[in-house]
Amino acid sequence: MSSYDFPDARGHFGPYGGVYVAETLMAALDELNAEYARAKADPAFWQEYHYELKHFVGRPSPVYHAKRWSEQLGGAQIYFKREDLNHTGAHKVNNTIGQALLARRMGKKRVIAETGAGQHGVASATVAARYGMECVVYMGAEDVKRQAPNVFRMKLLGATVVPVESGSKTLKDALNEAMRDWVTNIDSTFYILGTAAGPHPYPMLVRDFQRIIGIEAKEQMQEMVGRQPDMVVACVGGGSNAIGIFHPYVEVEGVRLVGVEAGGDGVATGRHAAPLTAGKPGVLHGFRSYLMQDENGQIIETHSVSAGLDYPGVGPEHSLLKDIGRAEYVAINDDEALRAFEDCCHLEGIIPALESSHALAHAAKVAPTMGRDQIILVNLSGRGDKDINTVASLMGLTL
Amino acid sequence: MSRIAETFTRLQAAGEKALIPFITAGDPDPGLTVSLMHGLVEGGADVIELGVPFSDPMADGPVIQRASERALAHKVGLRNVLDMVREFRRSNQQTPVVLMGYLNPVHVLGYEVFAKEAAAAGVDGVLTVDCPPEEAAELSAALTAARLDPVFLIAPTTPMARVKQIAALARGYVYYVSLKGVTGAGNLDIDDVARKIAALREFIDVPIGVGFGIRDAETARAISTAADAVVVGSRLVQEIEAATPETAKEQLTRLVASLKDAIR
Ligand SMILES: Cc1ncc(COP(=O)(O)O)c(C=O)c1O
Repeated sequence: MSSYDFPDARGHFGPYGGVYVAETLMAALDELNAEYARAKADPAFWQEYHYELKHFVGRPSPVYHAKRWSEQLGGAQIYFKREDLNHTGAHKVNNTIGQALLARRMGKKRVIAETGAGQHGVASATVAARYGMECVVYMGAEDVKRQAPNVFRMKLLGATVVPVESGSKTLKDALNEAMRDWVTNIDSTFYILGTAAGPHPYPMLVRDFQRIIGIEAKEQMQEMVGRQPDMVVACVGGGSNAIGIFHPYVEVEGVRLVGVEAGGDGVATGRHAAPLTAGKPGVLHGFRSYLMQDENGQIIETHSVSAGLDYPGVGPEHSLLKDIGRAEYVAINDDEALRAFEDCCHLEGIIPALESSHALAHAAKVAPTMGRDQIILVNLSGRGDKDINTVASLMGLTL
Repeated sequence: MSRIAETFTRLQAAGEKALIPFITAGDPDPGLTVSLMHGLVEGGADVIELGVPFSDPMADGPVIQRASERALAHKVGLRNVLDMVREFRRSNQQTPVVLMGYLNPVHVLGYEVFAKEAAAAGVDGVLTVDCPPEEAAELSAALTAARLDPVFLIAPTTPMARVKQIAALARGYVYYVSLKGVTGAGNLDIDDVARKIAALREFIDVPIGVGFGIRDAETARAISTAADAVVVGSRLVQEIEAATPETAKEQLTRLVASLKDAIR
């Protein structure tokens, strides 16, 4: 693979991506695309983005050698890219900083966002407070219940949280509702989309703002161990943390890229959120990609212990990476993720997000099959403070 | 000439405007849809827009979302909708039927397969809300090959350059979205719509229908002075929602008749 250059001018990643939205949104997306093209070519834009990442977010996030866990597994050495140490506790803020700076360039004073786990909602509420913008966050009513600490954090930051009662009451429905708000308030409002999905230019834009993860990791690995990892592992909900760490590695030979989807109760049960593992291409939320759907093309309800992975679609670039064989995608079930969550707490002193625990579980699964001189780099996309209620109730406890 | 073009030609000759009612196929019950379609015609419908239920109706307000949910509770799929049109055609060969919905149910069947089956069932036009001209080449080609009219939306935010692009692809009629928002919203500005339609006429040769947010006879009349057709959806779906299965047809017919009277 010599030159990997996606998307094309109209947002296509091979047969995936594109702009599948109702006519009313087309002009807004064109405008966003044009503004991003200008910003992208403007050194002052990137200067401010990097300044904010350093002083507000606390980047670069470190790479950490998980020695005890690696030792116990007896195989490959596992390293973490510590996105959990970012301000607001996850990788999501890398993207919200970038999009908020774009919103400000476009003179928009109101921002909206969808959220599943609440991490993107918190990151959006945070930048809205930071830049003096009004913020409305749409969140599935089901997720409002299971991510209560994040709901309160958003409120503390001055955002309005709107519980979405339609459909399955999770992330996909929050996205529908955010799109409906946007189409209604299109002149005043900037939609801060939280993952590398949605209509063009969002998958490209979100990837570009998350690439910092992989760019830093490449430098840090070189510095720490003098070489690049044999395998990079990241969880995949919509796919933003994964594309952020994968993209700078796509043209690096010898680095396996593995995306981990939510297997829920097990892919064979049908109760999961693993479109790349068990779905087919379709069109939802403005783009074409692998999708969980029935024979009538209706979107199937997803199941995962992790709200942030509970999404029936996946960013279009992952569909392309799967088809061309540059990345592999696997599924990790709820119980495996929970075991990794506990191991990470006990062996490394780090409480990981349930989303990230899926990536950890896969690393723990394959490490013993690899040599002790091999290296797995896991994107630890977020911290697990938001998940303690969920985990406690699974242990039969109430806090 | 397509059934849609014939209908508009006939109305134009008579100096009449078209009424295009929308209902969701399978709402509240799949067994009722064909009878409701006949009820719409009895009330004075000139074209029927038949909604294909979808699990994620992003462009719809709460009323049509609920209609989709009711239909999906009966597992109504696109092929069931085609069966309903086929049954409707047994006793009605005049009234054009336009399927309105989202792309994925069509995508999953395959564009050519869908176009052939839809044409055979007696469908006349297809409007996929989330498939703008940029992505529509393949679908439009399949529809046109099957002699179906691809119907496109134009929005208040559509710049004139795009209007020209849409004009090149549009057959049957274009659907002007009267407001920035979802179906059933209440912020329609009549003067603004009239100005916009006058501007569109310069580029658009097919008839122009207006919809989204037309909820009463008075608004329908005002819009009909500028437009060739008036589309009413959420208001009718609300009527179905409030009725019993026994009274739905009669109530719908009466409501459609009052709307048709207003724009005649
Ligand atoms: C910590 C964390 N990781 C991962 C995800 C999944 O999103 P994505 O696939 O876009 O990285 C989320 C989403 O909420 C999250 O909060």
